[in-house]
Amino acid sequence: MRYTPHTASDKERLLHAIGVSRIDDLFGHIPPSLRERARIALPPGLSEVEVKRRMASLAAKNGTPENWGFFLGGGIYHHVIPSTVDAVISRSEFSTSYTPYQPEVSQGTLQAIYEFQTLMCELTAMEVSNAGLYDGASASAEAVLMARRLQKGRRRVFLSRALHPQYRSVIATYLKNLEEVELVEVPLTGSGQTDLQYLTKELDERAICVVVGYPNFFGIIDDLGLLHEACERCGVFLVTVTTEALSLALLRPPGAWEVEIAVGEGQSLGIPMSLGGPAFGYLACRKKFVRSIPGRLVGETVDHEGHRGFVLTLAAREQHIRREKATSNICTNQGLCTLAATVFMSTLGKVGMRQLAEVNVARAHETSERLLEEAGLTPTFNGPFFNEFVISVQALSERLSRFTSKRVVPGIPLAPWYPELQDCLLICVTEMNEREEIDQLVRMFSEE
Amino acid sequence: MSECFQKSKGQLPTPQLIFETGSAGRSGFFWPDNPKTKPEWIPARFLRDDIPGFPELGELEVMRHFTRLSHLNYSIEGQFYPLGSCTMKYNPKINEVVARLTGLSLLHPLAPLPLIQGALELLRGLERMLAEICGMDHVTLQPAAGAQGEMTGLMMVRAYLSARGNPRRKILIPDTAHGTNPASSTLCSYEVVQVPSNDRGIIEAKKVKEVMDEEVAGLMITNPNTFGIFEQDIQAIAEIIHEKGGLIYMDGANLNALMGIAKPGDMGVDLLHMNLHKTFSTPHGGGGPGAGPVGVKGFLQDYLPVPRIIQGAEGYELSEDFPKSVGRVRSFFGNFGILVRAYSYIISLGSDGLEEASRMALLNANYVRSRLKEHYHVPYSEPCLHECVFTDRLQQKHGVHTIDIAKRLLDYGFHPPTIYFPLVVSGAIMIEPTETESPETLDAFIDALISIAREAKESPSLVKSAPHTTPVGRLDETRAARNLILRWNPSKEDGK
Amino acid sequence: MDFPEGLKYSKEHEWVLVEDDVAIIGITEFAQGELGDIVFVELPEVGEKISKDDPFGSLESVKAVSDIFAPISGTVVEINDALPDSPETINEDPYGDGWMIKVQMTDMNELKDLMSPEDYAEFIKQQNEEEDEDEGD
Repeated sequence: MRYTPHTASDKERLLHAIGVSRIDDLFGHIPPSLRERARIALPPGLSEVEVKRRMASLAAKNGTPENWGFFLGGGIYHHVIPSTVDAVISRSEFSTSYTPYQPEVSQGTLQAIYEFQTLMCELTAMEVSNAGLYDGASASAEAVLMARRLQKGRRRVFLSRALHPQYRSVIATYLKNLEEVELVEVPLTGSGQTDLQYLTKELDERAICVVVGYPNFFGIIDDLGLLHEACERCGVFLVTVTTEALSLALLRPPGAWEVEIAVGEGQSLGIPMSLGGPAFGYLACRKKFVRSIPGRLVGETVDHEGHRGFVLTLAAREQHIRREKATSNICTNQGLCTLAATVFMSTLGKVGMRQLAEVNVARAHETSERLLEEAGLTPTFNGPFFNEFVISVQALSERLSRFTSKRVVPGIPLAPWYPELQDCLLICVTEMNEREEIDQLVRMFSEE
Repeated sequence: MSECFQKSKGQLPTPQLIFETGSAGRSGFFWPDNPKTKPEWIPARFLRDDIPGFPELGELEVMRHFTRLSHLNYSIEGQFYPLGSCTMKYNPKINEVVARLTGLSLLHPLAPLPLIQGALELLRGLERMLAEICGMDHVTLQPAAGAQGEMTGLMMVRAYLSARGNPRRKILIPDTAHGTNPASSTLCSYEVVQVPSNDRGIIEAKKVKEVMDEEVAGLMITNPNTFGIFEQDIQAIAEIIHEKGGLIYMDGANLNALMGIAKPGDMGVDLLHMNLHKTFSTPHGGGGPGAGPVGVKGFLQDYLPVPRIIQGAEGYELSEDFPKSVGRVRSFFGNFGILVRAYSYIISLGSDGLEEASRMALLNANYVRSRLKEHYHVPYSEPCLHECVFTDRLQQKHGVHTIDIAKRLLDYGFHPPTIYFPLVVSGAIMIEPTETESPETLDAFIDALISIAREAKESPSLVKSAPHTTPVGRLDETRAARNLILRWNPSKEDGK
Repeated sequence: MDFPEGLKYSKEHEWVLVEDDVAIIGITEFAQGELGDIVFVELPEVGEKISKDDPFGSLESVKAVSDIFAPISGTVVEINDALPDSPETINEDPYGDGWMIKVQMTDMNELKDLMSPEDYAEFIKQQNEEEDEDEGD
């Protein structure tokens, strides 16, 4: 049988040692009423050839950037992945090991996490980073829960309307059963930014935190300096959420704006889009909040001979020890995905990270400029952006079907999430969009 | 097996950090153009300088660094990894091959539906297969991990009971439960009431009856429980809970014991989560990613997270039109790449293969138990299913404790079992061999444990000072917690 | 094991030193031994009210967390500021520099429920015996 090595004589030998005659005797104590109905009604197993064939036929029913013009972002991005990444994460020493509870035989995983924590601290300019969370959306929810623990007695959470709509949904789900928390939506300005005037008016000592996208869902860069000033006046935390982690290689990082908690989605850093998962969420903050952090942390120490080594630390915050009083119920750190990001950031390094970010900005802005000049489209917002922007396109849905017939996906229509943004399209341009692909996009928008 | 560690210990002390090598200006990345951001695009005050502290290495240096790190790890493909409750079974290579098909790995979650029909078909297929294996009616694949599945499940319990007029206040949880169960309850504002297990290691119906009332939302039960023992009273317990309007949530962490042997749906379970990285062979990855689908009975389906995949006129569609839904728990579709691997595993094995997997898991665990029971104390005489629990009681009189036995196993080239869990047994040693291990491997492991039992008697100091052959010795965890160093710091290095 | 004279002891292994109506509270040598190396101490703030048998803080070792239960009721008037930075003091000197809080007592009668050094020593002895019995079955 597949993946079970037992021959008939193996089974006999083991049964004999146990002192029973049949395998069924091993679960004879399970009520017969259950055993009788337990048969699984699924087809018989398939050979590797058949499995590959089946999976390939499912894969063939999908469209990818390999066979479509592709300008999709909105939280998941098509970026280059150096070959080093898959080479490292395919090593079974990493992929088939468990959570590093036995540090003596897990130094590879532990040191890689320590390096990951350091890289995320540098990228966000924050003092401490955890070892990873599920995704950007749940990381945002965890940041709000963390802020709530630190801001006892306060109860209002302000979410920018320019924060990713799915992230806002997930935060709402996480907070739903905590009755004392009230969610407040911060409106948008005409430039596609979080409304600072509204915040200045509404923030007071009842507020726990303000959560904004950086860049926000429209790709636009909010002025964190002004937002933080408004928050600080009433002791409110500013939480930034970055869905496009690559942007932090170029943009002034959250830590430099003195935000309290910086979270985000790490998919851009060496992880394939994979229909949106798995990748990882990250959470970085000021050191004084370290005991309220959710998720794993790795710390440096020494062994009995004084050699440097790494261990999971501050475990008493976590569910397996503190149980119902834990900072979170999370057990995973999406380990293999954070390893991918560690290899990605190490391969690109200081020089490559900056260069890749600059390439994204240049391609996106050049494309935007051409769409305005050559195709006569109108920008919906005028705030500065990284590699995504929103344009208004008359009769958008009609035009989209024409794009489909040419195998081009020009962007994400915003109306389903923002009824006020009818006929608006979120377009993302990365280093993976070649010149001809961009030419085609501009040409198609120019045709009437 | 332990030899490579001995060598590396002498010659290669802990490797350098990636930040401690390289040279300014070096990069392992090449890109043909190098444009600069114009100030009219992004004003200068929004820009940063180069990221300080980032590595500056060539590609070979990067590969060598991570390859060296990999040599410091134990892994399933290197060693037997008998962690109880973790189901460290072999992760078939075919799953990795198909997950890397670009028609699956390069999908965008917000692409128009016609571009992801194959993916949605796969997800619907997996939902149905998991439902069949567990005897449930519907499955959501959205939760990213078992713990998120628990939270999702409890939110559904709360939403369902609220719709009936009262969300209730309490959740019953056995004292043998995983720590995630109470932690997830807190996230749903439920107060935890612990139910003690009896001297046979299980929960008794009469104990549940004592604490069950109209303020109890339900019971979270792991079956088989964390001792690997089947909860014999489960049907009677379900009746007691249901009679008073509560629900049964099953933690499916130990589902590997049950495939084709008993279906949770037949036990009175109303909803459960499964850990695809345990039962369905997706790799553990040194701590994730996993996936934690939740299966429910028909009466709970309106409460499942949205969006849900439905069959429309022109193929699969996504619907958010479920007003009673608990909402969205994760962005997009959950951990799709993991779901692909689990799908591949299930169609590879088919019904017979899945059943055989559980049967061999039981055979292996019982074999380990029967051969070791003379040498290590067995806290419960109940028969075990897929894992077995021992304690250090016989070794304690020589001053040797569970932690020492675990560390000594490392010297024999084996990863230790789960230790000090479940918490209700002092000094627990919890072994789950899984079905993919051969009898020869089990024998070598058992012989090592027998030999350690002898050492504990004859030369306890040898055991107490273990490990002797690992890349680093026992690490000072107290120092790590008292003097937190959570990142490498350039300034600290300068100061040296 | 040390059970200093002049202190009163609780079943949760705290000690109390009474000075007029102020109680100084710490944990016993036995308790610190059971917990192992303490890595973090969470204490209440000055001015907070604590009530008998309710937790007023917690102690963390590497792999466990324990609540500290109030042996008496009252208002916290002083906390040991040195502990958060050097929690090991509790392991090293539980009856001296490892003291945790000073409390203005509200009900001196509660002191009657506490044990003398002799009674506490006997209590520990009994507990140990019970544990041995539990394990011997």
